[in-house]
Amino acid sequence: MAKIGIPRALAYFIYFPFWKVFFEELGHEVVESSPTTRAIMDKGIKDTVSDACIPIKIFHGHVEDLIDRVDYVFVPRLVSMRKYGDFGTETLCPKFLGLPDMLNASISGPLVMLEVRIDLKKGRFELFKVYKELGERLGANNLSIYKAFWRASTVQRNYERLLGKGILPENAMQQVLGIGSTEPDEAGNFEDNPLSLAVVGYPYTIYDPYINVGLLRLLAKEGVRVYTQDMLSQRQLNSQSSKLDKALFWYFSNRVVQGALHFMDVQPVEGMIHITAFACGPDSIVDKYLEMEAKKRKMPFMSITIDEHTGEAGMRTRMEAFLDMLQYRRNKSES
Amino acid sequence: MKVSFPRMGYSHLAFRWLFEEIGLEAIVPPEPNNETLDLGVRYSPEFACIPFKVLMGTYLQAAEMGAEMIITSGGCGPCRAGYYWVMHQKLLDEIGLKVKIVGFEEPQNNYFDFVRKLNLVRKAGGVSIAHYWRSIKTAWEKIKALDDCEIFSYQVRPYEANRGDTGRALQQSLELIDQANDLPQLEKARLEALQILEEVPRAEDRDPLKVGIIGEIYVLLEPSINHYMQKMLGDMGVKAERSIYLSSYARENILAEGEQDVRLAARPYLNESCIGGHGTNSIGETVLYANHGYDGVIQLAPFSCIPEIVARSILPRVSRELDIPVLTFFLDEQTSKAGVETRLEAFIDLLEKRREKKRGTKGASLITLPAGRSKGELLPNLDVVVDNKAL
Repeated sequence: MAKIGIPRALAYFIYFPFWKVFFEELGHEVVESSPTTRAIMDKGIKDTVSDACIPIKIFHGHVEDLIDRVDYVFVPRLVSMRKYGDFGTETLCPKFLGLPDMLNASISGPLVMLEVRIDLKKGRFELFKVYKELGERLGANNLSIYKAFWRASTVQRNYERLLGKGILPENAMQQVLGIGSTEPDEAGNFEDNPLSLAVVGYPYTIYDPYINVGLLRLLAKEGVRVYTQDMLSQRQLNSQSSKLDKALFWYFSNRVVQGALHFMDVQPVEGMIHITAFACGPDSIVDKYLEMEAKKRKMPFMSITIDEHTGEAGMRTRMEAFLDMLQYRRNKSES
Repeated sequence: MKVSFPRMGYSHLAFRWLFEEIGLEAIVPPEPNNETLDLGVRYSPEFACIPFKVLMGTYLQAAEMGAEMIITSGGCGPCRAGYYWVMHQKLLDEIGLKVKIVGFEEPQNNYFDFVRKLNLVRKAGGVSIAHYWRSIKTAWEKIKALDDCEIFSYQVRPYEANRGDTGRALQQSLELIDQANDLPQLEKARLEALQILEEVPRAEDRDPLKVGIIGEIYVLLEPSINHYMQKMLGDMGVKAERSIYLSSYARENILAEGEQDVRLAARPYLNESCIGGHGTNSIGETVLYANHGYDGVIQLAPFSCIPEIVARSILPRVSRELDIPVLTFFLDEQTSKAGVETRLEAFIDLLEKRREKKRGTKGASLITLPAGRSKGELLPNLDVVVDNKAL
């Protein structure tokens, strides 16, 4: 049976449980790339053009990390996750759309990609069709594909339910996949009345501790209650959609904007941090939009731009200043 | 009502005519200059691409000149340009300017919205539907005629015997087209205009390099943003072909029958029909230029333009496999003319050397002769070269 490598980057943080269970049910071995390190990032930077954003560079690094250890590297081409938007044309960032081709052009090693085009706006059963075709390519029969798909969907649903409870992806993945130590749920262990902070941004920027130099861990250590847009259900997100004059064109961006609006209006938090990658195209709009909306509601808002040179000291200083400011605001309003 | 619109190449002549024809007062914003960029950069998000910043500056300038309504285009993604009019409106509101932006979405996406906005503009002008329709049709023909002249001028320019003749002829022909008021007049003006360009004295014995220019539509179409690159190339004695014109999708392209062919050509390198903007086209057109025996390709893109970054990542492979040199310019507000010119000259030298090597002939000199100068008059007096290249 084949060894299938899954890069620990981009959509990994949201869809990994599904992929892992699906491939393992079909009898294949799933290998994740190691968590992002300096070496992985450097490899990625070498492969990509300098204008690419840091998550794309890191993805290339993760593929390089896997290339010698596995038979295939799984690289899905995520085109759309649903039919949504003013014209029903929501897609993902163009870099997701061209990802396999970018890898083909820039990685020189013997890369064998397991490529699959996921375009879910076409219809309800599209997801199953895509994975059926993928399973057939791997030589499985219909029954086992159906079983694997069903099992994977169940695990993915459980995973999303855990996210909805406010558990961060790292812990939630450990729980649903039964790997690693099952730490007690961190969401409950807070002292009375902690500062509440929304951290919004694309999953691959907020959940990869290397890219954002351990931001979430830093906040947890400071005893801050962190909310992200992935802790909200689709219904909660959709209820915010009418506040936009025109829906954004990108799946993750819509989630970020709607999640941020939720944390401004429905379930107000004390401050908001938007994490964005240097020169991110969609975020040039998202960031400005959030900044304007936060200003309107007088909500403290900080935007953090990350790139390959982001240092921990700088991040920590800004974070501490921001938290101090929130604490000061709270004391002032109480007195 | 005073109406303004973004500038893109020479199309403002047609748009001004159209708005005046339908009873509106047209405000033509100045050609994007340093002031436009300064204004745009000040009020735009940091990582917005250069078209956003230029348009922001243009709108602010137009508002200062008294514009009350700005007409522009929308889109459905994944290129962010489709969202720009919404963002521009928000930013203008925040600044406190009372300007309404009307962004036309593609009619196939939302037909009613399109008609509603068309009607909005018609009512602002107060003309009959028949007259409105006729004016739009004529304006469209005008855009095509303007493009015809521009395309033809780039074919003539590398051969011009006396430097500057083509530029003057182009100016005359554009004016002719500008003065035409209905379809028969326009057709007459178009033929006359092309005749003027045809009559520019040419040195047919030249053998110019052929270069294709590809990339993002706005930086291709607005010469002040790409530092008049196509003209610059023509003056260097290079035949520069551009892949996109405003009227492109209605005309038969010399390269391909239509979008479909371009996408098919891109298929082996980029297996996705639409990655937004002109990303797929950039790949496909490079393939087609290579197949048509062009000497090189120049890619123009705004800094941080996602579709063009994807294309840029793939182009090295196309370049390697089809043996065609590709030079990429990521343009932003910091790009200077001198930098562009230097890189361009180096690229052209390289292409010339390659061509000589391929043909097996040894060229006498690697210096690109400025158009309109034979070697005889140039070589004894070398400082002429220096002068001409504006070093």
